[in-house]
Amino acid sequence: MGGKIFAVLVIVIAIASAVPIITHTFLGASVTPPQDISTHGAEIDKQLDETMIEAGLSFLAAQLLLGVFVWQFGGRKAGPLKNFPGGSKYLVLAALLLVGAEAIALGAMGTKAWAKVYFQPASADALPIQAQAGQFAFYFRYAGPDGKFGAIHPEKIDEGNSNFFGLDPENDIPARDDITSGELVIPVNKEIHLMMHAKDVGHSFYVRELRIQQDFVPGLDLSLHFTATKVGRYEIVCTQLCGLGHYNMKAYLNVMSQDDFDKWLKAQSS
Amino acid sequence: MRASCHCIAALAAVLCPALMFAGTISGKVTYTGTPVKQKPIDMSKEPSCAQQHPTPITTETIVTGANNTLGNVVVYISAGADDANAPSQTVTFTQKGCQYIPHVIALHTGQELQVSNADQTSHNIHPLAKVNREWNKSQPPGSPAIQEKFDQPEFISVKCNIHPWMHGWFAVLKTNHYSITGDSGGFSLPNLPPGKYTVTAWHEDYGTQTQDVTITGNETKSIDFSFKAKAY
Repeated sequence: MGGKIFAVLVIVIAIASAVPIITHTFLGASVTPPQDISTHGAEIDKQLDETMIEAGLSFLAAQLLLGVFVWQFGGRKAGPLKNFPGGSKYLVLAALLLVGAEAIALGAMGTKAWAKVYFQPASADALPIQAQAGQFAFYFRYAGPDGKFGAIHPEKIDEGNSNFFGLDPENDIPARDDITSGELVIPVNKEIHLMMHAKDVGHSFYVRELRIQQDFVPGLDLSLHFTATKVGRYEIVCTQLCGLGHYNMKAYLNVMSQDDFDKWLKAQSS
Repeated sequence: MRASCHCIAALAAVLCPALMFAGTISGKVTYTGTPVKQKPIDMSKEPSCAQQHPTPITTETIVTGANNTLGNVVVYISAGADDANAPSQTVTFTQKGCQYIPHVIALHTGQELQVSNADQTSHNIHPLAKVNREWNKSQPPGSPAIQEKFDQPEFISVKCNIHPWMHGWFAVLKTNHYSITGDSGGFSLPNLPPGKYTVTAWHEDYGTQTQDVTITGNETKSIDFSFKAKAY
């Protein structure tokens, strides 16, 4: 009797778990749309949906099967079970192959969306912007009218003096017209080449609407490219626990029309 | 009766030499050259602070006034007037609009310092002390003022890691004779008994300068300091 109740419980849990999966997959987009403002986001969303459907169905099937077995054998007194054909060795092997094939299939399909961002370099006319994460703020740097970034000298970092990147304008001419901003201001429909580095510990660059989440790793110069398709102001948050001010580590992504962006850039350099 | 009057006068002279021979050193701090333009501070990360500054405030590394006067210079007696005791009053340092008010404070070794947070956001006060003990305390909005003291004379750079643009200075001195210049660059060091003094002017970016001054009696000696502005 206890076995039957348990079997029903397992199936109820399975169906209850299916509710959020189904809501996400079939209603998600219309219920809570995290709007997508990127050119590559649709592919990532599609991939997430596929993963959700596949993993959701597998989960449901496994859970129902579990329920059936519990129903069937839950009340049994101890005694030998009939062997799986070929013995348990083959059972384990078959399970591994099944799960492995699913994981590989999801990975292989997902690579496409991922590779678009990571395997293709930014196009030559992408706008280069440097992003620096440090406890507990993001700063962004534009090359300025000369199109050249000044070299970085960590020992010159002087935050109280707004020298967040450690520039040396006294001796380094390209650094003199570099523009530093606490907000990532970009033109719409223009590819951005974001060059990322961490000043201290690990951080992360996450813009939900851009469908981008990339860690900053101390000691590595990481490169990211994207194109924003909608004008607006979006939040950039740090999603790697980085210290006591982590909760407050954020910045804004300000997507402007090309005209507004040019005006902004001009105002910054004057 | 007359004898007792003399007595009181003599006693006063012994007890309060500063009042009897109140020498003063005063003057102005100026700069030559063209100081670097101060940068506007981007506080977009902290909206509750950003909205307190309709026009963005700028960095306060170089604060100047008309006629090339230089502010935020700590002028103090670095030799000749060592005071053993810290004054009993508390020095206050406030965080308001994600800015330190004032930018520079001076205090005596062992003098009580009170740091308060007038903002709706958390700050952390991090004096980057090298001689004194370094500390870093977090202060959420509405929390009581932080009380601290420094034992050794030192110029300590103060920062807030949550708002990296915030920058201030604690000038910990072993004298009570100091003056911090405003935009007009003026300073005055009163109540100096006769003696030989070394006056030091300290600026966070331009460094220090010293001058020797001798006070002989009830007089005001005028000295000026002039710093060379850095182009970058």
